Amino acid sequence: MTIVLLKLIFIVAVIVAGMLPLITWTERKQSAVMQDRIGANRADILGITALGLLHPAADVLKLFSKEDFVPEGANRVLHLLAPVIAIVPPILMLAVIPYGGTYRFGESSLSLVVADIDWGMLYVFAVGSIATYGAVIAGWSSNNNWALLGSMRASAQMISYEVTMGLSLVGLFMVAGSLRLTEIAAFQDQSFRLLGFLLHFGWVQGELLPFGLDLLRLPMWGIFLQPLGFVLFLTCLMAENKRPPFDAPEGDSELIAGYHMEYSGMRFGLFYTAEFLEVPVIGALIATLFLGGWSIPFLSQETIITFVGAGFGEGFATGLCMLLHVASFLVKVVFMIWLQMAIRWTLPRFRYDQVMDLCWKTMLPLSLANVFATGVVVLWVEGLLP
Amino acid sequence: MQGEFVGVLLMLALALLIAGGFLLLHRLLSPRRDFPEKLEPFECGERPIVSPKQRFSVRFYLVAMLFVLFDLEVVFFFPWGALFRELGFYGLVVMAVFTVPMVIGLVYEWRKGALEW
Repeated sequence: MTIVLLKLIFIVAVIVAGMLPLITWTERKQSAVMQDRIGANRADILGITALGLLHPAADVLKLFSKEDFVPEGANRVLHLLAPVIAIVPPILMLAVIPYGGTYRFGESSLSLVVADIDWGMLYVFAVGSIATYGAVIAGWSSNNNWALLGSMRASAQMISYEVTMGLSLVGLFMVAGSLRLTEIAAFQDQSFRLLGFLLHFGWVQGELLPFGLDLLRLPMWGIFLQPLGFVLFLTCLMAENKRPPFDAPEGDSELIAGYHMEYSGMRFGLFYTAEFLEVPVIGALIATLFLGGWSIPFLSQETIITFVGAGFGEGFATGLCMLLHVASFLVKVVFMIWLQMAIRWTLPRFRYDQVMDLCWKTMLPLSLANVFATGVVVLWVEGLLP
Repeated sequence: MQGEFVGVLLMLALALLIAGGFLLLHRLLSPRRDFPEKLEPFECGERPIVSPKQRFSVRFYLVAMLFVLFDLEVVFFFPWGALFRELGFYGLVVMAVFTVPMVIGLVYEWRKGALEW
């Protein structure tokens, strides 16, 4: 119980309290760099601006000092409930994401995940689809035509992309053979020979490949085993997040602010927070499923413990290994945040029919084809084809 | 297994605490100055003439129905994917048979124009 609480506090402190304010800053600074501007640098305390790092704090203070406003004719209960429903799912998703492996300290073992659920990915999808209600209820309860249009767009977009999101991952489940996130992450902590299939099918005789080609190895990450699945899953998650280029539900130039336009102060702030919070949560999900999770490429846990443990004792080696794994995981999350920001500031907004066409006419057939192509390849490699 | 959900419940409690705390703090800190013009729904300064409390366009129902159909089928893919190696070739054939009606349905909707926006 205490250990679960400590693990929970760690992940919430790092992602929600640590990364979230930095992301609102990154959003401005990275866009400034990409558009050759200076970016946020005005907020200061006694003349110290600290590269604009005070802006997140200034934002929060400003949101708190704005009027708590409910428009006339709005459903007061639902209007209050909608931002809560929007922010709970991304926080809940953090519960099943492993930010480290399993470590043995003497008799006891420590697994760095808050809740290691058997059907972890199903949990992620179940919790994730609750976020749709936040947007729909917000638009419906506001008694405003723009907000209603925004929430209708949001509901259609989010439920459409959920289908492809599920299908694009089935290929990975087939390869890893599990729905449990800790197992999928641990599965990726190995490497394979890029040309190993030549030996596997007996096209090259012997135990080793000639010309030192054995050294041509890749870590067994989802992105190398399921490249199409990676692209589809990332696209779906970005569409679920409703940030540009998929921001048709709140497109400023069409719907003013979409489903949350009748919100002000911290009620709006919670929608804003939820949207920004989904960026590191998406990063953590992708890192776990496709970028090897906490694993370090070509450096397995046994290797670290054997080499460092010989000199400094096994307990120290295990602790060091744990720290390295958590650091490796966080580096991957930060990389995914950078990638999402780069996509967000590179592509213009899709037209609404383009968003729906991309989902139903391109990505759904592709993800179905990916499932069966993966199936045939897995059976072929295992020699189970008749 | 049951014990794992303690973590989920704690996380839910924390999430609700964060959201509730922020809203409560906002209520306590924020000013309140209502007047009729501010309270009316925002439509660029015009008095709204069409109420949003109307029926939804049927197009959104269509998407919702498609979603229910496809998502149910996708849920069947999940355990199948996790157990794929044990099921082997038989599993692949069975799932192909299961998927054909789904693909026929998709093609039908496509030709009928249900996916045109």
